[in-house]
Amino acid sequence: MTEREERRFAEVPRESIKLMAESSGVELSEEVAALLAEDVCYRLREATQNSSQFMRHAKRRKLSVEDLNRALRWSNTETICGYGAQDALPFRPLKEGELFFVEDREINLVELALATNIPKGCAETMVRVHVSYLDGKGNLEPQGTVPTAVQSLSEDLLKYYQQITRAILGEDPHLMKVALLDLQSNSKIAALLPYFVYVISGVKSVSHDLDQLNRLLHMVKSLVQNPYLYLGSYVRSLVSSVMYCILEPLAASINPLNDHWTLRDYAALLLSHIFWTHGDLVSGLYHQILLSLQKVLSDPVRPLCSHYGAVVGLHALGWKAVERVLYPHLPAYWANLQAVLDDYSVSNAQVKADGHKVYGAILVAVERLLKMKALSLTLAAEGSGAGLPGTTTGAVGFRENSPGLSPPSEPLSEPPLGIASHLQAGGAGCPWEEWTPVSLPAMYCELYSFFGDSLAVRFSTGPPLGGATPPGPCQPLEGRKEPASSAPNLENTRKMPQLTASMNISPRQDGSPRMEPQPPSLAATETRKTCSVEVPPGPGLGTTDIFPKARFPLPQAGPPAFSFIIGGRQMGRRCQGRRFQTSFTPTPPLTTHPPRAYAHKLPVIGRVSKPVRRWTCSHYSLHLPL
Amino acid sequence: MTPLLSAPGEKMAAVQDAPMELDSEKETKPEILSDGTSNLSGNTASGTLSSPPLTAGGAPKQEDQQTLIAVLQFLRRNKLTESVDILRREACLEDQEDSQTLDGSGGGKGDGDGGDANSLLSRVSIASAAAPQSTLTPIPVKNDQPDVSVVLSAYSQQGDPSLYQVYYTGLKNFIESVLDCHRAELSQLFYPLFVHMYLELVYNNHETKAKAFFEKFSGDQECYYQDDLQILCGLTKKEHLKGNEALLDFRTSRFVLRISRDSYQLLKRHLQERHNNQIWNIIQEHLYIDIFDGMPRSKSQIDSMSGSFAGETRREVNKAKVFYGLLKEPEIEVPLDDEDDEAENEEGKPKKKKTKKDSMGSKSKKQDPNAPQQNRIPLPELKDSDKLDKIMYMKESTKRIRLGPENLPSICFYSFLNAYQGLTAVDFTDDSSLLAGGFADSTVRVWSATPKKLRKVKSAAELNLIDKESDDVLERIMDEKTASESKNLYGHSGPVYGVSFSPDRNYLLSSSEDGTVRLWSLQTFTCLVGYKGHNYPVWDTHFSPFGYYFVSGGHDRVARLWATDHYQPLRIFAGHLADVTCTRFHPNSNYVVTGSTDRTIRLWDVLNGNCVRFFTGHKGPIHSLAFSPNGKFLASGSTDGRVLLWDIGHGLMIGELKGHTDTIYALKFSRDGEILASGSMDNTVRLWDSMKAFDDMETDDFTAATGHIPLPDNSQELLLGMYHSKSTPVTHLHFTRRNLLLAAGAYNSQ
Repeated sequence: MTEREERRFAEVPRESIKLMAESSGVELSEEVAALLAEDVCYRLREATQNSSQFMRHAKRRKLSVEDLNRALRWSNTETICGYGAQDALPFRPLKEGELFFVEDREINLVELALATNIPKGCAETMVRVHVSYLDGKGNLEPQGTVPTAVQSLSEDLLKYYQQITRAILGEDPHLMKVALLDLQSNSKIAALLPYFVYVISGVKSVSHDLDQLNRLLHMVKSLVQNPYLYLGSYVRSLVSSVMYCILEPLAASINPLNDHWTLRDYAALLLSHIFWTHGDLVSGLYHQILLSLQKVLSDPVRPLCSHYGAVVGLHALGWKAVERVLYPHLPAYWANLQAVLDDYSVSNAQVKADGHKVYGAILVAVERLLKMKALSLTLAAEGSGAGLPGTTTGAVGFRENSPGLSPPSEPLSEPPLGIASHLQAGGAGCPWEEWTPVSLPAMYCELYSFFGDSLAVRFSTGPPLGGATPPGPCQPLEGRKEPASSAPNLENTRKMPQLTASMNISPRQDGSPRMEPQPPSLAATETRKTCSVEVPPGPGLGTTDIFPKARFPLPQAGPPAFSFIIGGRQMGRRCQGRRFQTSFTPTPPLTTHPPRAYAHKLPVIGRVSKPVRRWTCSHYSLHLPL
Repeated sequence: MTPLLSAPGEKMAAVQDAPMELDSEKETKPEILSDGTSNLSGNTASGTLSSPPLTAGGAPKQEDQQTLIAVLQFLRRNKLTESVDILRREACLEDQEDSQTLDGSGGGKGDGDGGDANSLLSRVSIASAAAPQSTLTPIPVKNDQPDVSVVLSAYSQQGDPSLYQVYYTGLKNFIESVLDCHRAELSQLFYPLFVHMYLELVYNNHETKAKAFFEKFSGDQECYYQDDLQILCGLTKKEHLKGNEALLDFRTSRFVLRISRDSYQLLKRHLQERHNNQIWNIIQEHLYIDIFDGMPRSKSQIDSMSGSFAGETRREVNKAKVFYGLLKEPEIEVPLDDEDDEAENEEGKPKKKKTKKDSMGSKSKKQDPNAPQQNRIPLPELKDSDKLDKIMYMKESTKRIRLGPENLPSICFYSFLNAYQGLTAVDFTDDSSLLAGGFADSTVRVWSATPKKLRKVKSAAELNLIDKESDDVLERIMDEKTASESKNLYGHSGPVYGVSFSPDRNYLLSSSEDGTVRLWSLQTFTCLVGYKGHNYPVWDTHFSPFGYYFVSGGHDRVARLWATDHYQPLRIFAGHLADVTCTRFHPNSNYVVTGSTDRTIRLWDVLNGNCVRFFTGHKGPIHSLAFSPNGKFLASGSTDGRVLLWDIGHGLMIGELKGHTDTIYALKFSRDGEILASGSMDNTVRLWDSMKAFDDMETDDFTAATGHIPLPDNSQELLLGMYHSKSTPVTHLHFTRRNLLLAAGAYNSQ
């Protein structure tokens, strides 16, 4: 009890009171100042005591400014503003004079806004249960770690972080696989998320190293797939890293031997996956990404590989994105591409090869667009009662192709982001603002004028949209019917330039640069290899033709029923598909069709008479197996 | 705090059955009453609870009448004629009010061995806030002085300020010189005398003398008065006194001391010999000395009971009969389905039979002699769904694990992660299926603790389309699209300090700093009602175990009893001298217990609003309360880190559980009452052997008469286990129906 005499309370000296009075222009006598000082002390103490009540009921140990403000408010006193921050306010003495002050630095808002460091995330409040003590004995497991955004890392976490990053970016493919798997399933790494995100944002500095880029992308994949992680605002950072890999003319792409195409495809796939699984987080980004993709596409100065990225990116974002961005842009772009493809100079060879890539990517995207659009129309016509057969098939196919990723059930409907609304609600002057839906026939006609038969052919080889191979005639669509009998034949005719679009189904020996045995990751390689291996070598394998003549086991193993005449300009091996016309030599009814007319009849949607299961559906072809 | 007392419109919140006449403006803050026995609301309130209308208080006793008269005076003075009429009508007082020249000595005769004739008078006089208490003259009928100055005017009589130190020192020397057995008892005088003398000095503007007095003697006071001394020492001006609520309380209530007759005689003799009138006056005016016959108490005994803001309990306060027994359970046919049988087959047939019999037998047993009448408080009828729930409960309870010192419960910890908003309150439903959290950012969040997601009912338009005849209509009305693991409830404008689920899981109550209690529907997840009345932060709220009623307590120092379908309270429980920090319903719904910042616990009768038990002994604000499942015992936890156990029937403290090092925010008895779990800010859950604590106590009527029993210091024996969480203060504890202990708290990353 004696020590309480030594305990002194904070007191406001009368000098301070006088000073404050002076600053507001009042002269105080000594006595008044003394009285005031005492009263101020008392009131302060009273307010503090009252505020402690609020602290106790908030079940805290630390008195906050908010508590004091509440106490003040309830005693009809003005509250104090500007001290709500959680951090302690540094109270500093000035050496020269006896002056103490609260440090209150000015904050440069511009700097703050443009700062590149990752802001602290605000994870969602959640409740987690764990059995602490069983039968009152023993601590089963320590209370789970908390998915907070930024915390001081515990020793263990730090070690984990080092090991994981070392393993992923290191040389040992086996170790990387293990690390990625763990990253994908570990429930306790939330605290490390910002660090991983930071590591991933390093893609910009390793753009020369395809291997590293690939590894980082795999890291993204693992993080995105980890069910215990709440990505929150970090998803933006991840998306920007992925976008970088899709769009940027990477340093690695200077060397044509580098298969940066695979990387772009993979990144696009990843992007689509992020959008499908974390739609709620990235909905705001959708519009932004479309814009940037469009910008790249419409910029002729950009290298073709960037364009390629934009196309696969759009493709990954769904057919609606293709319809609204790529399709309207196609006429303008076509001219450029055409110029590239038409240039046969030796110096242009590399560029031309790139052009073919772009061409193929566009073809795939466009084909999918037509297919999905037709399906949506069909479904609308059928009253959408029959479910979404396309969706299911797509899902199945996707799963086969990429066991790692959960299948984004490819949409007839919009993804849960409300793309349409985003597009329509976009800023004024957006090109797609004035966009009006083009009818399917018109669209087809236009596209056909670009792609000619290659488009048509791809259509006939589309997946059985009806699901379980219903036999008989194809689904009726706007009067364009293809006799069912032509289907098996057509499939043999897939001699068209498929380019990169169908690469994953082409045998690796076909010389496509994309198939260079340089696995992006071990985890992914195995699946991919199996995929490739599954494809029985077609008859065209032996040839040096860059385009496989046939990539499928022929269902009817007999000799091809017809041969091809390549109409238009015959360009040898590196022909462009645009001028292709098919004519069928001996085959009975079909040959009677004039080629042109035939082409117009081609888009048979929902072809069903495929005798074999077709995992190599063309519209998956961009989706790399992981 | 200041405006509470200076508010000119301050009225007495008393008459609750005339809501139309008395609008809410009058209930800003009830008058401080001398103690619970003269509770005003109890006499006047008979709203919806009036099953035996006024029969309980039908023949008002003398003192009740006096109280009423005082109230009438007050009302008339404030020109509330309508209320006066109503009150008069209700209380059948037409003819008596004018003839009220009751003299204090007349009332004092009934006051038995008190030896202090003022006790009764003081009650009346304080209620009317008018009487200079030192005189035995009749209460003046008219008194226009404002309350505050009247209260303070009691200090106006002057002694020689310079002699105060001498007086005090004299008494100190005397007390230190007496025999040991008396010294402890008489030492109780130090603190109240010290405070009153100090205040007197301050009041009379002897600032320097007051400071010197404080310096000299404050060190002698018991350590558990530290908080109060801190308040005191800052207070050196008369003006400060006026605004200080706490000291006003100290003034208006008489500090109660319990002293054995021998010690009292000793003191009296000493003071008379010395003609030490100053001290004698203070004792007479401001202290209430409750004299008992028998052995003087020891120091530890005294310490265990003291510490409250206004001294100890008067024994007669706790004399009232309390019906602590449980209500008879309604008889419900329990379909014994085969599933259960199979499940229990492993344990052998005979055992199974037995447990069934037990569970059925206890329900159909005849009325507990200590239980209130079944319809003492009108309770809502059981709905079909309630019956189903009861059946579920019985089935679950057959699978309940029997706990004991050898068989401790498993503990599941519900950690709130990323609760940046600050978790302030948690509640579980009885069946542990839902979990609600109140946050400092004004939100209430409800989580499903089971895989079943939370769904809203469909909108009215969609509901129209539903086939109402179908069997699964209850399933069909739910909107599957809204299914989610948690729902946020927005509506409050201040931190949510209390949440409570209704027993049928259809409603959730939340009380907030914004002065309201809100009722939320767990079907639509919208707010149904905002109960306004407290006008100040509402610290806690709790649903009755039978639903329909609920109680809330707040900064306005009263607890209110509400019915969900009434927008105004049915009862106002006034008597605490400081904030009501926590409120709980008795398992039989007939009583409400409140804990307060004044470090006391009061048990209130829901029927008539009387305070029937008054417990002192805590040394800090009380933040948690729990009734034992059989309704006989009460556990309370406070900021001092101690859990105290109380026998409600006898009104005695029967145990003290020491161990926690910080505020205890959660207390819960296991379903069978064998284990008491306490959770604290110190990040631990402790389990106590409550069975042993209760059994060891020999509480018969004889020991109860003295009002105190020797407390064994056996906390260590009773402590069965201490379980640490990882930086997570325990905010709430809950036993599932099978006796699994659930703890909840917000993980604190710092």
